[in-house]
Amino acid sequence: MPTITYRDALNQALREEMHRDPAVFLMGEEVGVYQGAYKVSRGLLEEFGPMRVVDTPIAELGFAGIGVGAAMVGMRPVIEFMTWNFALLAIDQVVNSAAKILYMSGGQIPVPIVFRGPGGPALQLGAQHSQALESWFAHVPGLKVVAPATPYDAKGLLKSAIRDGNPIVFLEGEMLYNTKGEVPEGEYTIPLGSADVKREGADLTLVCHSKSVAVALKAAEQLQHEHDLAAEVVDLRTLRPLDVATLVASVRKTNRCVVVEEGWPLGGVGAQVVDELQREAFDDLDAPILRVTGADVPMPYNKHLERAAKPGPDRVIEAAKRVAYREG
Amino acid sequence: MATRVVMEALSPTMEEGRIARWLKKEGDAVTTGDILAEVETDKAIMELQARGEGVLRKIVVPEGGTTPVGNVVAVIAGADEDVSSAFDTTAPAAKAPAAPRPAGPPAAPVVPVVPVGRVRASPLARRLASEKGLDLQVIHGSGPGGRIVKRDLATAAPVSPAGLGGGEGWEDVPLTQIRKTIARRLGQSLGPVPHFFLTAEIDMERCAEAREALNALGEGRVSFNDIVIKVVAMALLQHRECNAWWQDDHIRYFNEVHLGMAVAVDDGLITPVIRQAHRKSLRQIAEEAVALADRARTRRLTPDEYTGATFSISNLGMLGIDEFTAVINPPEAAILAIGAVTPKPVAADGAVTVRRRMRVTMSCDHRVIDGATGARFLQTVKRMLENPLAILW
Repeated sequence: MPTITYRDALNQALREEMHRDPAVFLMGEEVGVYQGAYKVSRGLLEEFGPMRVVDTPIAELGFAGIGVGAAMVGMRPVIEFMTWNFALLAIDQVVNSAAKILYMSGGQIPVPIVFRGPGGPALQLGAQHSQALESWFAHVPGLKVVAPATPYDAKGLLKSAIRDGNPIVFLEGEMLYNTKGEVPEGEYTIPLGSADVKREGADLTLVCHSKSVAVALKAAEQLQHEHDLAAEVVDLRTLRPLDVATLVASVRKTNRCVVVEEGWPLGGVGAQVVDELQREAFDDLDAPILRVTGADVPMPYNKHLERAAKPGPDRVIEAAKRVAYREG
Repeated sequence: MATRVVMEALSPTMEEGRIARWLKKEGDAVTTGDILAEVETDKAIMELQARGEGVLRKIVVPEGGTTPVGNVVAVIAGADEDVSSAFDTTAPAAKAPAAPRPAGPPAAPVVPVVPVGRVRASPLARRLASEKGLDLQVIHGSGPGGRIVKRDLATAAPVSPAGLGGGEGWEDVPLTQIRKTIARRLGQSLGPVPHFFLTAEIDMERCAEAREALNALGEGRVSFNDIVIKVVAMALLQHRECNAWWQDDHIRYFNEVHLGMAVAVDDGLITPVIRQAHRKSLRQIAEEAVALADRARTRRLTPDEYTGATFSISNLGMLGIDEFTAVINPPEAAILAIGAVTPKPVAADGAVTVRRRMRVTMSCDHRVIDGATGARFLQTVKRMLENPLAILW
């Protein structure tokens, strides 16, 4: 099986879906001539031409709105935001138009659109360009929110997102584009709304998504070798709808849970996970569920402070030991 | 920093307290742990301790004043410190001290407090314990704050169904369907505690002889009441089914006997408890009963001395009552009312003779005890009193 990068996996998904359905087109800043700020759209302008790979001015609200309009009349736009930080300018189109038009038209006008781009804290980009905003979008009924962690998941989920027919917020990990993984040749899709057990374990469950999956896997490795604790790593993959059944099944087995995410604590994705688990798996819990989140501050630029503000494996290990009553 | 001295909850049911006496006056230096005042609660006179140090700057509630639990009664602070902020002006003012307390209804029966604290256990540990029949009360918790977690259950042994006289203090037995039905039906009929009554007349001749012989030793006095306490405790050991608490969804059967004895006090009654009565000699019981009754009448009992009885006795014999019924003190399942020992004509061996007799009436909570169950217990009590050597048997 070929090993490719996360960015190339996304590129494959776009190419395959554009071949499959002539209604699919890509629009955003620098997606054409420059081949994408993160090179996700490499070769697509050449292959599909400027009618289907459209460079836009720096006007997020405008091209997001054009995308929504195109979707309303039957196209399947993929709107690339250079990063989700810039998408804040377009959030009215995402939240107030894309998410609501099917409902407000009495079910007459579907909006099959994918908003995609990199998100999550990066490296020394400062407070305005380094943040995890997925819980903002996961809050909104009418949207589906996807945050893949691996090249395999990125490709399979993007293909499903483009075909889904609902407005999708697709958050790629800015720090994940260069990561590599096995991706089979040929057609496959991954259904939205299904979590994935990335590592099996019996002692505790680590719930994570996007880049925090790598953090959790690293912590799990160390927990196994240094603390004799077998952590099961559950990658949410889709944040809305949430795959509660997989979460509950894992916690039924392990009785303990730590939720890891890069976002801020209040109202975070992990808060929702804890809510579901305390209700659905109450009698299976042997310890309070703990959360490891980004620090509740704007992301510092200073390298050391930035490292301290991100949820690293050390903090996950510490929380894992606490839920397993192994502290001290 | 100024320390507010507040009226503390000195008994489980206390809602307000009356300052019986200030032992410190304004201007006195106090250190933590000093007794500041004596407080009359709904049950007893208790001591109010200082929880800070400095000078007793201000007494807010004077002697004789009554105030709800939680209200400021005094302020402790440094000698020169500004204490104006320590007064909670929003709290209701203390009631005027002068008015004598109206002669209200007798004190409510003391509700025993479960002698151990709330069990802390993870939800999983609770579920597993219930599935395996483990008693969380006796399992040591290794988690934070003593929380019982899954791993603590691995070594725990199931509660033995026999249990009687075993190492543990009690056994909780889930209600059978018939017990549930009895509880529901009789609760509708007779109120929340469906009482029924069993009376027996007991020949006390041999008890009286034994008592006279013991008192003749000149080593302290033993009363009929002491003998009854001892006999009831020993009989309960044989009839655990009457040594129980109704606990709504289960019955708690005790393997130990903590015997409450109702004592009349000025404006009500209180039930001090002779703990482990089944293990105590008649001499110990006699001494303890006198001491407890004395402390009850002077309202000096501490809460742990009047809570936690597994069975109670009420004796009005000394007031010349032949026979009466006593009201059960929930959650206990029964109470035994003791009448006077009086000489009566009795038919024996075809002739009428005069013998000392005593009538006892057992009030039973029908949710726990059935007629025959109570009767068998009373039979044992009667047999032991009519042949006091059986106490040793």
